[in-house]
Amino acid sequence: MSHLVKENVQVKETLIVEERGKEAQSAVRPLLEIKNLSKSFTGVQALNDVSLQIQQGEIRALLGENGAGKSTLIKVLTGVYPRDGGEILLDGSLINASDSGHAQRLGISTVYQEVNLIPTMSVMENLTLQHQEKTFGLISWKKAEIRARELLAQVGLEIDPLRQLDTYSIAIQQLVAIARALSTQAKMLILDEPTASLDSDEIKQLFDLMERLKSEGLGIIFVTHFLDQVYSITDSITVLRNGECIGTFKTAELTRSDLVSHMVGKSLEDLAPTAHDHSIKRERTELLQLNNVGKQRYLQPLNLSIAAGEIVGVAGLLGSGRTELCELAYGSVKPDQGDVTLGKHSLAKSSLRRAIQVGMGYCPEDRKQDGIVAELSVRENMILALQASKGWWSPISMAEQQKLVEEMIKRLAIKTPDMDKPIGELSGGNQQKVILARWLITHPKLLILDEPTRGIDIGAHHEIIQIIKELCEQGMGLLVASSELEELVMFAHRVVVMKDHHKISELDGDEVSEQAILRTIAS
Amino acid sequence: MKKNNFLHKHQKTLAPLLSLVLIILVTASITPGFLSIKIVDGHLFGSLLDILHRATPTALVALGMAVVIGTRGIDLSVGAVIAISGAVTAVLTVNTDFPVWLVILCALGTGVVCGLWNGILVSIFNIQPIVATLILMVAGRGIAQMITEGQIVTFHSDVLDAIGNGYFLAFPIRVWIAIGMIVLTVLVMRKTALGLFIEAVGANVRASRLVGIEARLLVLSAYVFSGFCAAMSGIILAADIRGADANNAGLWLELDAILAVVLAGASLAGGRIYLLLTIVGVLIIQTLTTAILTSGLPAQYNLVVKATIILAVLLIQSPKTRQWLSGFFSKNKNAGKSSTGKASTDKRSAKP
Repeated sequence: MSHLVKENVQVKETLIVEERGKEAQSAVRPLLEIKNLSKSFTGVQALNDVSLQIQQGEIRALLGENGAGKSTLIKVLTGVYPRDGGEILLDGSLINASDSGHAQRLGISTVYQEVNLIPTMSVMENLTLQHQEKTFGLISWKKAEIRARELLAQVGLEIDPLRQLDTYSIAIQQLVAIARALSTQAKMLILDEPTASLDSDEIKQLFDLMERLKSEGLGIIFVTHFLDQVYSITDSITVLRNGECIGTFKTAELTRSDLVSHMVGKSLEDLAPTAHDHSIKRERTELLQLNNVGKQRYLQPLNLSIAAGEIVGVAGLLGSGRTELCELAYGSVKPDQGDVTLGKHSLAKSSLRRAIQVGMGYCPEDRKQDGIVAELSVRENMILALQASKGWWSPISMAEQQKLVEEMIKRLAIKTPDMDKPIGELSGGNQQKVILARWLITHPKLLILDEPTRGIDIGAHHEIIQIIKELCEQGMGLLVASSELEELVMFAHRVVVMKDHHKISELDGDEVSEQAILRTIAS
Repeated sequence: MKKNNFLHKHQKTLAPLLSLVLIILVTASITPGFLSIKIVDGHLFGSLLDILHRATPTALVALGMAVVIGTRGIDLSVGAVIAISGAVTAVLTVNTDFPVWLVILCALGTGVVCGLWNGILVSIFNIQPIVATLILMVAGRGIAQMITEGQIVTFHSDVLDAIGNGYFLAFPIRVWIAIGMIVLTVLVMRKTALGLFIEAVGANVRASRLVGIEARLLVLSAYVFSGFCAAMSGIILAADIRGADANNAGLWLELDAILAVVLAGASLAGGRIYLLLTIVGVLIIQTLTTAILTSGLPAQYNLVVKATIILAVLLIQSPKTRQWLSGFFSKNKNAGKSSTGKASTDKRSAKP
């Protein structure tokens, strides 16, 4: 089936490419032209023969899921990574940036998601850091201040350049970063997810600026996960998937559903609803209730309930709020409104230890940072949550530990030479199983799994899905966030669809299908 | 094969132990009588006993330091805390008629307060440990000087004398105290889940938080424990010289303690700590100091020789060297194997 899908997309692509080819001939010389760019990292083809053109005064959205190659493309473009093959032309002349500073001098400036400034320096110092105004070889702070004010005026900011940067909001810092990016006669501006931490007013301020820069003839590449923003500001869209350029489209001519299917690599028409049973054959006993739970700049308030023996999936594109929902439900991020209850226990304000004691469990998305304690052994990692809920003064005896761990190693088929091996030395799939086991031995009523199958091999992938199904049959409630729709559709009884940090829909029972989820995301 | 596995598994444990044995053997070959132990009046005497005797203050401090380093912290103030607790011991003994147990309790109490101060700065105010404890490292000696009013306060107390230089069951009393403290700490760390939690928090504070471990209180108590250990050490050092020297008591001891923890194989980036090996580390440092002094080497060579040998021990322990060494050995082994392999096939063919 996937073969069919690919063909279908390919046909579309060639059509579009041809169209654009004709356009390009008639149009003036493109501002930026990327020809057949390739880049691979030890065995992984991160960019494969990517070509695109951007005109003066064009705002181009660069879209794609995790691992599509967006950040690699930007890094190759700005010389952070050397390229394996291909050409980059700016204003018709070949360029070969050796690092981002060089790229900036050539005319390509980048503003990253995490503001790339020095928070403890003044706005002025940040703005003139790369290029100091000098008198007789010494820095002239007077000139620097004048220059800083000019740059700030350029982005429409009226702030005191002498104040320390981190006394201003993230939005202002973001604009300061843009001001600095523009300080070197930029022709191309790359904005890498600049809106991720901005609220709607701040986004409007940013968009106004983008419109103005566009009218001044700048080319802008805009990377974002928010589709609404793509449609409100950009002229055209380039979609990357698995390191390949799927196509470049005019924003006005591309429907959202087509866009989403290009991004995830499946077209809606081709997805026949898979036949499987989504109904729960027993009476509902509500377990987890989220009642108008939200947090400002994090997740819009939402309601959600999960019953015993039910798997609720969380779907949505990258950055749509999947992880945020998991964190609020578990309590590792505290909501600023609403109430979380598990059974009879209200948990909105209680400690994580309390949440675990009444039956919560959470396997985080980032296994390395938030899951495993790499230096500690498999055994220690596995008993950590149970021991933490008991407290340090009532240790689990070594015999008991060994019994529990041995059972789990057998039950989940964890491949480890012995239980005292440091967990960091295990493969990703086995690490994930140990983290799952960590929660299973606490006998949770509700288990929250964020991307439980990310970065693990196919065999372990299948095993983990089997485990999830088994747990559900035993009456556990599960909340599973995943970027893989096939996976969600395989086991979820209900699917919550997230978009732009909102819950936009909840699909129930027979409504659950990849097609329906994609359509909802695109709507 | 089995033996190789054993070696491989306990490589980390064996390195410091072997270093200690090696240093003792080398010293014994240079200095005649280094290993001899005499019994005088039912007390043991000899260079080895002297090493144990002198190592106790460092051992106590290193114990607390190990726990703090496990939480990904460091405690630079222990030397200053030694000076403070010594000063409190001396001044209270001289100026009040407090019973000795109360004096000791007060001195230990000041150590706890100092640890609490460090712990609050680190865990509540999130000041970097090295900076937070630097404050008390500097201020502590000042406080000690204020307590002693700038004088070296000498005192006399039979109980404190016993703690400083007395014997019990043929061993110095202070060695018994240190052993008691070590056993107690190991028990608390390994027989409760405290050690596990401290190592988990030190190695990955985010993952630890998500499983419900409250790092703040753990970190705070680690510094309190370190303060307590330093105070104990301070009492012993004051009792040893029957006086409190605010300027020199426990000077640079924090560095020896940190070194001992590192010699034991712990990382300053937190995580796994090895309490008993830390004590081995202390013994390595003290043996070196004693050995150099008794070897007749001019005193000015002392520090450089000590540093060189410690560098060698650390190099032996570094994963890079081990990798390099094992590569070297496996090459040799392979060369040996081919010949022994031949021999064994010869034998087999000869058998029937």
